[in-house]
Amino acid sequence: MQKESSFRRSWIAALIVFFAASPLFSASLFAADIIKIGIAGAHSGDLASYGLPTVKAAELVIKDINAKGGVLGKKAELLVEDDVCKPEVAINTATKLVSEGANAVIGHICSGATKAALGIYNNAGIVTISPSATNPDLTQSGLYPNFFRTIASDDAQARLEVDFALNTLKVKRIAVIHDKGDYGKGLAEYAKKFIEDSKKAKVVLYEGVTPGAVDYSAVVQKIRRMKAEAVIYGGYHPEASSIVSLMRKKKMNTFFISDDGVKDDTFIKVAGKYAEGVYATGPKDTTKNPLAVAAIEAHKKAYDADPGAFFLNAYAATQAVLNAIQKAGSTNYDAVVKALRTEYVDTPLGKIRFDDRGDAIGVGFSMYQVRDGVYVQVQ
Amino acid sequence: MDYFLELLIGGLTRGSIYALIALGYTMVYGIIELINFAHGEIYMIGAFTALIIASVLTMAGMSGLSVLILASVVAVIYASAYGFTVEKIAYKPLRQAQRLSPLISAIGMSIFLQNYVLIAQTSDFLPFPSLLPELPFMDAYAQFMGSSELIIVATTAVMTIILTLFIKFTKMGKAMRATAQDRNMAMLLGVNVNRVISNTFIIGSALAAVGGILIASHIGRINFYIGFIAGIKAFTAAVLGGIGSIPGAVLGGLILGWTESFATGYVSSDYEDVFAFALLVLILIFRPAGLLGKSTVQKV
Repeated sequence: MQKESSFRRSWIAALIVFFAASPLFSASLFAADIIKIGIAGAHSGDLASYGLPTVKAAELVIKDINAKGGVLGKKAELLVEDDVCKPEVAINTATKLVSEGANAVIGHICSGATKAALGIYNNAGIVTISPSATNPDLTQSGLYPNFFRTIASDDAQARLEVDFALNTLKVKRIAVIHDKGDYGKGLAEYAKKFIEDSKKAKVVLYEGVTPGAVDYSAVVQKIRRMKAEAVIYGGYHPEASSIVSLMRKKKMNTFFISDDGVKDDTFIKVAGKYAEGVYATGPKDTTKNPLAVAAIEAHKKAYDADPGAFFLNAYAATQAVLNAIQKAGSTNYDAVVKALRTEYVDTPLGKIRFDDRGDAIGVGFSMYQVRDGVYVQVQ
Repeated sequence: MDYFLELLIGGLTRGSIYALIALGYTMVYGIIELINFAHGEIYMIGAFTALIIASVLTMAGMSGLSVLILASVVAVIYASAYGFTVEKIAYKPLRQAQRLSPLISAIGMSIFLQNYVLIAQTSDFLPFPSLLPELPFMDAYAQFMGSSELIIVATTAVMTIILTLFIKFTKMGKAMRATAQDRNMAMLLGVNVNRVISNTFIIGSALAAVGGILIASHIGRINFYIGFIAGIKAFTAAVLGGIGSIPGAVLGGLILGWTESFATGYVSSDYEDVFAFALLVLILIFRPAGLLGKSTVQKV
């Protein structure tokens, strides 16, 4: 009895050691022939729809590249890990990818999870490219030199709005209005900061309005009283259409500049003739880019469905990292980082490379204006 | 001074909007002491009906004032039918129950109607055509007040006067007042209480529909949720003025409108609601029954 149980125990222990060690063997066995790209993000749970398109994008790119002979003569392979968009899970995900020997990571999807994982990749010297994490701090804090992204950061819209107001419209007095929500107020705060930092114009009014209120005439009167030449509005189209209509009815021709939440055809439908001349920022138009058309076509052919969120961003991220490894001639961290910053690559998002902070140059938002009832790109 | 005047007029418009909806709350409360939370939804249904009828008529080639009148008539009738039915289904069976039961029933009705419109129509914002005529003589005063604002203020004033006269001088008005004072006694004296209550709901719903059309034309957009937000503010106005009192609802609406307008104009729109509700708390501390409400002994 006694003897048998101890025998069983040692047998189990041997099994565990064997299985635990076997991935190590296989890893060291194939390491030389394979470029490993980690894919981390939400692949299950309620945010899976943000993460899964990235996996598909990476699969398509890798299939394409492997068919053409791979990178540096080696086949590329994916290591897919789920972080369910939770920072505490993302730390485990990152640790696992590092121990599995990922050469670069595409991810993570959510800003919070990305931030949690970045320190681990940074210490391990692994380049990380996110297709979707938009928190400005990730690049601007300077803490993560290994981080890059193929999506514009949250403050990019505010930056564009302010630059447009100051340099194109050349206004001196700007009213910044928001809807008190996370999205609108966040943008408004950045806009206010950028205007103040530029010292070229004055923020004459900074206020939040209550969404859904029956009337905005008081705040409109206030905009007039402050002699604002332009209004920068952070929020969504229902309130924007009320405020614009009221301003035009009260014969104010103040410029109205807003964001992605207003660059929506419903805004034009609701505000009607009062929408004319309104400026709004929106994602750059990629529908005419042949690479984007081809990527979406390939997705439809492979999966018989339209691609989901951030698909093109992930496609571009995978292309960028493989291109950088190819150009660098190795998977050496410093060489890859240098290549990402200097070598342009053709992607569905356009011809991109990354700036010193890690933000993609040539990706992001454009300014649109309502002309004859449609949004037209002006920049 | 111009600025003060602008805010005063802006507050007047806003207050009239609240008052128009508050009239329905206060009438129902006056008669059966029920806060009809579904009132905001009747307002929303009125606006939706007007939108549908107006679209159909515009497609049929009609235009201008005839569209406004036809759409309003249909919307008023349709909304009144809703008000009448809601009372029969959700409140009448509970008339002898505890006071809380019809209140919960009202909240349920409100949620039901919202979701019904959400499913039957759409969750998106729809553009609402400006059915109200542009008055050319208002053009010179556009800075202070637009045509639609003038029409809203005027309609609220006319409606209040008609309603007051109706309650003071008609037979039905007299029956309403009797029912409000003592329902059992009124019944003993031969007043058909059920009919009085139904009529109250019909009149209240008709007012809500008129409000819905005017306000939706003014704002230029509707969705299934507009009744809730407008309803909350109108309800506050009714409580402020003294719920159950018709002049109280109008006074409450105007005070609320001016408070919000001046708070936005001179302090910050960030604190618009804070000022509005701080005022409500203050008034209720010193006059628990509202400005024009009669403090009655609780009949619990």
